Amino acid sequence: MAVRTALFLAALLVLALIAPLLIANRFLIDVLTLILFSAFLGQSWNILGGYAGQFSFGSVVFFGTGAYTSSILLMTFGIDAWIGAIAALFAGAAVGAFVGFLSFRYGLRGSYFALITLAFAEVFKVLANSVEFTGGGIGIFIEHEPGLARLQFDDPAGYYYIALALTVVSLAIAWWLERSRFGAYLKAIRENEEAAEALGVNAFRCKMYAIMISGAMGGVGGTFYAQKFLYVDPPIAYGVATSVEMLLVSIVGGMGTVFGPLVGAFVLHGVNEVTRHYIETPGLSLIVYGLILIAIIGYLPNGLIGLFKGRPRPKEAEDA
Amino acid sequence: MLSMTMMPAAIVNGLMFGAIYALVALGLTLIYGVLHIINFAHGALLMLALYATFYLFSLAGIDPYISLLIVVPGSFFFGYALYRWGIGKLAHGRDQNILLITLGLAIVFENGALFFFSADQQTIDVPYAYESLDLGFVFLALPKVISFFASLAICLLLWLLMAKTDMGKAIRAVAKERQGARLVGINVEHVFALSYGIGIACLGAAGCLLLPSFYVDPSTGNIFVIIAFTIVVLGGMGSFVGALVGGFIIGITESVGGLYLGESLGQIGISVIFILILLFRPTGLFGSKV
Repeated sequence: MAVRTALFLAALLVLALIAPLLIANRFLIDVLTLILFSAFLGQSWNILGGYAGQFSFGSVVFFGTGAYTSSILLMTFGIDAWIGAIAALFAGAAVGAFVGFLSFRYGLRGSYFALITLAFAEVFKVLANSVEFTGGGIGIFIEHEPGLARLQFDDPAGYYYIALALTVVSLAIAWWLERSRFGAYLKAIRENEEAAEALGVNAFRCKMYAIMISGAMGGVGGTFYAQKFLYVDPPIAYGVATSVEMLLVSIVGGMGTVFGPLVGAFVLHGVNEVTRHYIETPGLSLIVYGLILIAIIGYLPNGLIGLFKGRPRPKEAEDA
Repeated sequence: MLSMTMMPAAIVNGLMFGAIYALVALGLTLIYGVLHIINFAHGALLMLALYATFYLFSLAGIDPYISLLIVVPGSFFFGYALYRWGIGKLAHGRDQNILLITLGLAIVFENGALFFFSADQQTIDVPYAYESLDLGFVFLALPKVISFFASLAICLLLWLLMAKTDMGKAIRAVAKERQGARLVGINVEHVFALSYGIGIACLGAAGCLLLPSFYVDPSTGNIFVIIAFTIVVLGGMGSFVGALVGGFIIGITESVGGLYLGESLGQIGISVIFILILLFRPTGLFGSKV
């Protein structure tokens, strides 16, 4: 890494660390928290979708399972949320292993993989809606008892720092992928799975690792969400909207890049907040959001990151 | 044992709804077969067709079945224009971009409907809404019977269009081999837009047929999206017969599943079929290639 980039990143991190001291506005801290959280979830998608090239449309399934795991542990068994977060990490990875094993074992790729992940999220949603221990359609209300062990805070800065830590860890994972052998394997699989296998890459195993890492991250994200918003129900936990948000922040920012999800989260949430601030009629702000999204995809095929890199657009055959 | 006596009724009801599902899935499978993309705006466009039918009825007093004559061509031109001058231009020929742009369009349409038409559920009150047909073991609402036969007729029309006309031939050629079709002088962009338009026209028809026995609000389309995906995969992506048969299977699964497992858990049948088909027969029942 160039010295200048390193200095820039260090400055950015320091700024992020002292941000809550500089910003008195609670609302603004909340917005920043959500942006960081969205970047974290986006990175979870990015590892599977961006680096390994496995386009998931149901990554919310990890998030929701994590949210339910820690919430049930907390409210039914009285186990603190920091243990719940670890349990959620393993639960997310386990769901990743389950979905991944079935999909990859049967060789599903491209649209088919996207559709099966969507279907798994749907199955989990119906199940969560129908069984007893998830609270069914009513969901789970989580008591608010601030404390580090429960990952709940009175000061919004508490959530902010957790979201920041999660984001930094997720960036570190992506950075590791950029320079590790494993990351190179994933990219090789993304570009051409047969060729990668011919060169001795165990594609199945690598994809399994990728989906488990992605799942573990999503699971931890679920715990964070539940402890912040103190409520989980099937549409929140397994709704399509979160899956879409995860992939949008990555793609808009630039998928398969370390900072893509972060940039995407800042821009998409920024646009959303600004339009919501100025336009109060329901629906209109999201119309603008949708149009900007279309424009970014239409005019910046490499995502926003592509703007900074100054790399020429890869020329693609029209009839790919 | 109540459920045993209700079984035939549930099956027939499932068939009725399945026909509409088939119509929605037909548009999706056509678009997939030709463009090789998943049209995520499908549900939102169905919702727009439902609103068009609704306003033609409530503002101009036009019966939904008469509206077919307006909404279907309107949907076709809207779909054609949307692809030709919107999606196609913005996507730069990348499949993944088309998918995301249709996703963005879905957001725009859904919230556009929320903005212009409000979030209220709308229904229409047609004089024949409560008339029913007595089959001996089941009473069928007349609108459902009409939509069943109309859907079948439209499927037949679409098949004729694809099998017997030059346009159909061109569409099939492009679906099979884009480059080759271009070489023999077919305007591929035009054919893409045509296919998208025809796919959306199916939604227009579904909208008109559905409204008398259903409702519309800005998120109605979402109910149909996953079901339509399931049918398309079940029948085989790009297969018309598959969409029709898949529609009936899913319609019956849903209504029988609801009978035995209850409203909430009943929906799981569809997703489970979806997953099993994807795992064990991703080409679907009638598909030829992955």
